[in-house]
Amino acid sequence: MLLIDCPFCGKRPELEFRYGGEAHLARPADPADLGDKAWGQFLYGRSNPRGVHAERWRHVHGCGRFFNALRDTTNDRFAATYKIGEERPAIPEAEGAASA
Amino acid sequence: MPDLTQARQSVLEGIEASGRAGTFSLLPPLSRLNYRGRISTVGRVAAAFGVEPAMEPCRAAIFGDRAALWLGPDEWLLLAKEGEARSIIDRLAIALAPLSYSLVDVSHRQVALKIAGPQAELLLNAGCPLDLDRQAFPVGMCTRTLLQKTEIVLWRVAETEFHIEVARSFAPYAWRFLEQAERDL
Repeated sequence: MLLIDCPFCGKRPELEFRYGGEAHLARPADPADLGDKAWGQFLYGRSNPRGVHAERWRHVHGCGRFFNALRDTTNDRFAATYKIGEERPAIPEAEGAASA
Repeated sequence: MPDLTQARQSVLEGIEASGRAGTFSLLPPLSRLNYRGRISTVGRVAAAFGVEPAMEPCRAAIFGDRAALWLGPDEWLLLAKEGEARSIIDRLAIALAPLSYSLVDVSHRQVALKIAGPQAELLLNAGCPLDLDRQAFPVGMCTRTLLQKTEIVLWRVAETEFHIEVARSFAPYAWRFLEQAERDL
């Protein structure tokens, strides 16, 4: 079973988690100032990369907390998990190459 | 206000009687409180409740017949004897007076089961994917997790004894699941 490393609880089975969409999307401070295109981009525009993706996960059947994770979308490997509010960690090249 | 103090009827009445005394059994009713608040408030909870809630993730603290189970970085499950919920809420309200926190009486939301014996880990692993090895899940560790389709709070109270809290409405399901798992052991 895939184990996901919750920043609070440690490695836990995938079943305890829920996916929460792309991470690091900041809601515009004043949406009324935005044009339709920019607002639409905030609502629906996603990076959808092939490779490492920063995304939110929630340990719903555990501590209940949201956290961020870097996951490779081509092989489902988690490169890193980190708490909400923390900087996106850099992935060492070797690791990225190994998981490619 | 509805009277919640009257004697409780177990949701497992009948189901429990038909089972044989095996690895698992129903525990008597408890007072349960779900506490959520900043870490800085925990000292006051400790003073009023009598148990110092663990700061280390997934650990339970016990003192006498009371326990505080870590459920999340700002969430603890407080367990005490049946009938004490009201007085604990009052004491905590005084101790925490100007601060914001959340304290919910969930005594009747859950029922507790005891899983004990040399095969307790095997029985749980039939529906719970956690590593229950004594190194990975030592005595005193507790966590929310899954038992097959239902969410439980799992707490290792002794080497070969687990306490699980399961939602009242899911208790018959969990009981039947454990019965079946026990037959398959």
